[in-house]
Amino acid sequence: MVLVIFLLITGLFMWVFSDTSVINYNYASMGQLFSIGPLVFLFLIPAVTMQAFADEKQKGTMEFLTTKPLSDLQIVGGKYFACLTLVFFALLPTLVYYFSIYYLGSPIGNLDNGAVIGSYIGLFLLSAVYCAVGVFMSSITDNQIVAFILTAFSCFILYFAFSFVSELPMFFGTLDDVVKSIGLEYHYDNISKGRIDTRDIVYFLSMSFLFIWCTVVSLDKRRW
Amino acid sequence: MSIEVRGLTKIYGAQKAIDDISFDVKKGEILGLLGPNGAGKTTTMKILTCYMPASSGSAIICGLEAGKHDADIKKKIGYLPEHNPLYGTMYVQEYLHFVAQIHKLSNKRARVSELISLVGLEREYKKKISALSKGYKQRIGLAQAMIHDPEVLILDEPISGLDPNQLIEIRSLISSLKKDKTIIFSSHILQEVESVSDKVVILDKGKIVADDKIASLSQQQTVGLTLQLELLSEISEEVLQSIEGISKVHKSGPKSYTLLTTDQRDVREHVFDKVVENGNKILGLEVQKKSLESVFKSFTQEENRK
Repeated sequence: MVLVIFLLITGLFMWVFSDTSVINYNYASMGQLFSIGPLVFLFLIPAVTMQAFADEKQKGTMEFLTTKPLSDLQIVGGKYFACLTLVFFALLPTLVYYFSIYYLGSPIGNLDNGAVIGSYIGLFLLSAVYCAVGVFMSSITDNQIVAFILTAFSCFILYFAFSFVSELPMFFGTLDDVVKSIGLEYHYDNISKGRIDTRDIVYFLSMSFLFIWCTVVSLDKRRW
Repeated sequence: MSIEVRGLTKIYGAQKAIDDISFDVKKGEILGLLGPNGAGKTTTMKILTCYMPASSGSAIICGLEAGKHDADIKKKIGYLPEHNPLYGTMYVQEYLHFVAQIHKLSNKRARVSELISLVGLEREYKKKISALSKGYKQRIGLAQAMIHDPEVLILDEPISGLDPNQLIEIRSLISSLKKDKTIIFSSHILQEVESVSDKVVILDKGKIVADDKIASLSQQQTVGLTLQLELLSEISEEVLQSIEGISKVHKSGPKSYTLLTTDQRDVREHVFDKVVENGNKILGLEVQKKSLESVFKSFTQEENRK
């Protein structure tokens, strides 16, 4: 369901809507997909992750899981990678866009491959962070709607807010780069250019780990 | 000793959910945890299953202390939580297979079909869990708890909300397991506890009010016997009172009386003679067995009065 919506939205933006479609753009580029990808994921990933723990807690199956011989980390890891796998399969069919543009280009193959590979990696790492945030938010509430809203809101803050804040006059010329680099957008833009920097990868991975760790702590609070 | 509970206490905020509970269960025994709502039955079970730790005291399951060896304990217990949570979107067989996977069983397929026939789900195992009735869901819950052949089974209200037929089936299923497993189950239905368990712990407001074998429990509370007497025509209460060994006479209907004896001696013979002597006839005379229900009532109400 989520998969279909994702493909529908990105497909429409890529090919159909005349303002944004590659066909009218006259350059063979996948920039469209990668600029709206983070926005679409902002709503779709919360929809995937919202039920991770909230639903289990509401139905009482959390008690079933936690009394089985599984560690909290195993449970959280299972939930996280299940969500991430689903997102991965949402991204996979967009390779069709790549090949279409690749062969529609003139001459054939006139496409910035480095940027495309970088962008795919960037988008996947970005969704890894979104998923971790989503799983965490789902673990602190037993209401799926609340989990959805919290996730969408936090991901929005993480993605956009820091670059907005960095433009405030008080940071001008002093801390603006630092503030900007806390947000996801800065690192995503870097990778999208095809420049795969270990700093960015480490940033994405540590953000994911941070939220996974928070989830494990939040599960543990039943023992308090 | 399969389960040893010593001074177990759990505090939620300012409230003591259970307060200094101690009991033992031997291997192969069935223990019934009995108590009104909010007595602490579920809390006790949640601590035994390592769902949450106790505030103080200790629970030792199969020689392992809860809170220290949780991972090992979880392998040895099967737990049916209250309200029996299940994944409604899964199919019965799929769900049991999933549970078998969690327990890392080697012969999953064989074990799953073995349990399906054990709990009598042969006709339902290809259905979705959400499509099944409560009784069948309860069987899946039991199957799920037993799939890894645990030494200890902890069942929280396994028979609540079942119809009389399902009740009998589940009850006989529990009794049939008895031989090699230690079972703790909770209920507020007294007849269930009486019919299935060897031992009863009665909880009220987080405290143990009684802990004994069922037979001795009902004896404890009974000083004398209670006789129900039904006569053809009325007789004065003084006449009955004069029978040797009768301590109290209570007129319970127009021609029926309740007699309390002073001790355990059977005085029916004397009652018969006395009634006939007075030119009356006996239509019914029986000794009332004191049930767990009345024991339970007297224990929990005694507690309330304090």
